[in-house]
Amino acid sequence: MTNASYPSPKEWDRLVRGKNVSRRSMLKGSAAAGAVVAGSSFLAACGSDDTEAGTEGGGSIEPGNASGALTIGSNLSDDTPKAALAAVVAAFPNSDVELSINTTDHNTFQENINTILQAGEDDVLTWFAGFRNKFFADQGLLGDISDVWSSISGLGEGFKAASTASDGKQYFVPAFYYTWAINNSKKLWSEKGYTEPKTWDELLGLADDMAAGGITPFAMANDGKWPQMGMFDILNMRTNGYDFHVDLMGGTESWTDDRVRQVFTNWEQLLPYSQEGGNGRTWQEAATDMENGTVGMYLLGTFAASNSDAMAEDMDFFNFPEIDSAIGSSALDAPIDGYQMVASPANAEAAKEFLLYISTAEAQDAYLGVDPSVVASNSGADTSVYNDLQRKSADLANAATGIAQFLDRDTIPDFASACGDVIAEFIEDPSKIDGLLADLDEKKTAIFADFGSS
Amino acid sequence: MAGSSLLSKSDRRVMYGMVGVPTLLHVGLVWIPAIATILLSFTNWNGFRFDTMKFVGLQNYIQLFTVFEKDLYEALLNNLWVLVFLFLVATPMGILIAYLLDKNLRGTAFYQSLFYFPVVLSLAVVGFIWKSVIYSPRQGVLNVILGRTAEGDQISWLGDSSFLIPLGDYGLSKNFLALIAPMVWRHVGYIMVLYLAGLKSVDPSMKEAAAIDGASEWQLFRQVIFPSLKPVNVVIMVITVIEALRIFDIIDVLNNPVGTDVLSILVTESILGESSNVGRGSAYGVILLLSCLLFVVWYLRNEFRGLEEE
Repeated sequence: MTNASYPSPKEWDRLVRGKNVSRRSMLKGSAAAGAVVAGSSFLAACGSDDTEAGTEGGGSIEPGNASGALTIGSNLSDDTPKAALAAVVAAFPNSDVELSINTTDHNTFQENINTILQAGEDDVLTWFAGFRNKFFADQGLLGDISDVWSSISGLGEGFKAASTASDGKQYFVPAFYYTWAINNSKKLWSEKGYTEPKTWDELLGLADDMAAGGITPFAMANDGKWPQMGMFDILNMRTNGYDFHVDLMGGTESWTDDRVRQVFTNWEQLLPYSQEGGNGRTWQEAATDMENGTVGMYLLGTFAASNSDAMAEDMDFFNFPEIDSAIGSSALDAPIDGYQMVASPANAEAAKEFLLYISTAEAQDAYLGVDPSVVASNSGADTSVYNDLQRKSADLANAATGIAQFLDRDTIPDFASACGDVIAEFIEDPSKIDGLLADLDEKKTAIFADFGSS
Repeated sequence: MAGSSLLSKSDRRVMYGMVGVPTLLHVGLVWIPAIATILLSFTNWNGFRFDTMKFVGLQNYIQLFTVFEKDLYEALLNNLWVLVFLFLVATPMGILIAYLLDKNLRGTAFYQSLFYFPVVLSLAVVGFIWKSVIYSPRQGVLNVILGRTAEGDQISWLGDSSFLIPLGDYGLSKNFLALIAPMVWRHVGYIMVLYLAGLKSVDPSMKEAAAIDGASEWQLFRQVIFPSLKPVNVVIMVITVIEALRIFDIIDVLNNPVGTDVLSILVTESILGESSNVGRGSAYGVILLLSCLLFVVWYLRNEFRGLEEE
């Protein structure tokens, strides 16, 4: 199958979407393409046409038909995830599709996603489930992949819900997730005989022990103003519960509410135990401090293990302890990463085939083979190769009664960055918090109003 | 008819081309975007589809001064700090170095390359270098030299936004000064090269005459060289102001720590962010435009006054 015998992207778009499949374009398609190619792709196209008109959810994807070039825009810019995606791409079974990865620095990618989505250079993009995916789907910037979903197996309802936009169609394929918890060094903990705290008082007691032993209890990094959002999330979910957290992120609760203030009061108790100057430290630098045994605990995603091979060996984690026994400790941040398709990809067929492949256990095994800091979304993935961290993550997520996607994924991005500023200023000078929260609440009103009206 | 007889057809074509193309480019790349920015600042738009654009009057401006006022004032002040430091520190240093290097020291080419080197790098790269090599809390040059690398004893150069020079609720934050340092480092080399080029063109006989009249080194510089380099001085002033107002890249690659907002960061944050708020971003842009205009108007008035006096 060569490129010359391949229908143009525009024709494909029409065929795959089942729009205006006139007799003329059918003839043109089959004239341009070799008989066999055209025949098989036509069956697929007609199939999708039928089901779209009839049953809900679209048609299905027949793997192996696609060919041509496909560009994956990736924000996996750190070494390990980058190599992991390369392994996934290398294991893509359809050799007629020329896959290329276009990697952009993680932060840059996120800030420029608008431009990237509209630039038309990439067909498939790495992205996040939930609010952040819905947001772009609702703007019409993403391609509907409900037909991919009707071919997907092994992904639970929760994943489908996290991939569904306001119109009830799917725009996202979850690849893997990871959990946020308190990470620690096994070596240090067994040396010093520390044990997992189950309550807030035990946590503070442990911190006292560590401080007395010359170890800084909590690592603190906040370069990029996102790492400490995780601390806010978990403290809010422990202090006020998952539902309040969702409402607060959704803009329906006030930031001047006493319950929000209580989160920061609790947080203030941890600050004397935390590394100073967190705003000027990258998460990698703090992870190295944990590896060196100078800090005892580090609330971060389990991706902290990917900082070094030694860390991957030595890291353990535990669920953030309960603060209020009426609320418990079963909610957590477990952001789901995956892929979405731009609204009009240059190669829609290959894009959908790749997205289907991403959801499979094989692709996820290939990824996890290189980057074992995440957990596969597909229930068929090989859990026998899971290390302790992955098994623990899967157990945590499975037992969770509420899974948040992380502050910067759970609310309007504009507002999330306003929250990030407040958190960064708070950890530097907690005495400013009342003024900061009053300001933030004003911004919330303005930003949600702008968002709702445009 | 007289005009056309003076210029041949091809001459006229060249003339139209030389006037027309730059004019088109100028209008297309400067005026249209500027006017569009002003118009967009009166709308609420997420940047996706035109049909969602809404006219909201002065709402964005009212919000800038009532809801986002802290960001705005911090940014305006920070732009001003950059201007102050580039003007009072970097520019005099660049001029001084140029003046010294103009004296045909041994190895002057080596020193010139040394001071000019940072200018070759983009400010974004300069930022990366300073962040990882100089400011890193645990292994950065500064903390290593100061012996402050131990856990709990580290100086957070980029993370400390407390004010070194407080001015009410605002001020010059320590980490912003840490960002200004590399800007100054780079600007010195820039100014040096510009001034050095100017110094080469100063008539040596003027220097000799001043020396014979018994002028001191300072008098020679102040009374003879500096005034004769007026065109270069003007270029340097304009470049310094523009650099200060457009400062963006280094702050952006350093992930814009708390306390380091500048106008261009607020513009891009509002517009380039995932949920672009084109209206508010444009309003920030208009404020940046007005700051530039303020300078341009002041500068042109001085120029015209100078012309009238002559």
